[in-house]
Amino acid sequence: MMWKWLHPYANPEISYHFAGKILPWCARLAFVFLAIGLTWALLFAPADYQQGDTFRIFYLHVPAAMLSMGIYLGMAIAALSSLVWQLRLADATAAAMAPIGATFTFIALITGAAWGKPMWGTWWIWDARLTSELILLFLYLGVIALHNAFEDKNLAGKAAGILALVGVINLPIIKYSVEWWNTLHQGATVSKLGQPSMTADMFWPFVVCFIGFAFFVTALICLRFRSEILNRNSMRPWVRELVATEEKVHAV
Amino acid sequence: MNPRRKKRLTIVTSMIIGLGVVAGLVLYALSQNIDLFYKPSEIYNGKQDTGLKAINGQRLRIGGLVVPGSVNRNSESLKVSFKLADMRMPISFSETDATVTVSYDGILPDLFREGQGIVANGILVNGNIIEASEVLAKHDENYMPRELLDDAVEKPANSSYSKNLLETTY
Repeated sequence: MMWKWLHPYANPEISYHFAGKILPWCARLAFVFLAIGLTWALLFAPADYQQGDTFRIFYLHVPAAMLSMGIYLGMAIAALSSLVWQLRLADATAAAMAPIGATFTFIALITGAAWGKPMWGTWWIWDARLTSELILLFLYLGVIALHNAFEDKNLAGKAAGILALVGVINLPIIKYSVEWWNTLHQGATVSKLGQPSMTADMFWPFVVCFIGFAFFVTALICLRFRSEILNRNSMRPWVRELVATEEKVHAV
Repeated sequence: MNPRRKKRLTIVTSMIIGLGVVAGLVLYALSQNIDLFYKPSEIYNGKQDTGLKAINGQRLRIGGLVVPGSVNRNSESLKVSFKLADMRMPISFSETDATVTVSYDGILPDLFREGQGIVANGILVNGNIIEASEVLAKHDENYMPRELLDDAVEKPANSSYSKNLLETTY
């Protein structure tokens, strides 16, 4: 069986320790990439011919928007495997991802508004791109609410999973909204086939920033995934043992 | 795969496909309402896909490029009027373009200039004049540093911007 190597990770204890092992590495890489990328983007990348320095909000806005959709896709895949294969840990993964995705959606909307005011002349407009991204935020909030609405975690995971899967339809709508309809929002600069619509000295700082944010998100997901596992298994002997040793180490 | 998992997978995938079709049909039916703006040519000929025409007195959004040389500013007030032509990539204008006139009383966005994409919200009067209450700038997805622009002016083939347009905008 090609999936056999994955089976040990269905065990919460093994997954907990695995996430603990990759967490510090993701955090370190995120720090290095973000430090280099943001310094490069904010101080050294050239200003845009039309928008000047205001254009630099691109380096925060675009990674946040791309990750808000990427995290949603990851969450939906976790929800699918939870519904079909009934992996308990997939529920924990989806629950861990939802608040992070919601935060990045919120960042994308806020930075977009801050960019829109000086450049377009408005904080908000009900065009297809902005509206569909706002719907993504509401989908995230719905998933978070459903995860917390039931005492029984399995039931909560099932309800939230169905909503997460239904919401996948929104992803292509966000992506192609600027092509299918007339919008105030401009088309894709980097997330498309072929050459990016910006020069190399503007594009590479973006790549570094994006990788940095991606590692940051992975680190945050690991962190929340671990606490979800502890929360869901708090009665298990291995968790009690873990807590006992931690208490001994940090005893006052 | 065991039969129970197979059944669940079938239920979930058919649910997603079904909802996808429903969403697609709804969006298709609503497409003329989702479109943010009319193009200038659509004011004359009606919407591209539905043929729906705007009527006098209707509040609508119009989106297009500011025709170079068409901007008239009132020297004593903020009143301004300009012509809009259909957006086209690469940016170009011709005599035969259908244009509509936008008149506006207010502060224009920083990016407003000749050849710039503009979305204006206002009321259609006289068939081809929009009395705008809001003018927004629409920029494209191309970013480049100032120096490269100067090169592009020398070699217009590299850029989506035509030479005389760039000269008029600066």
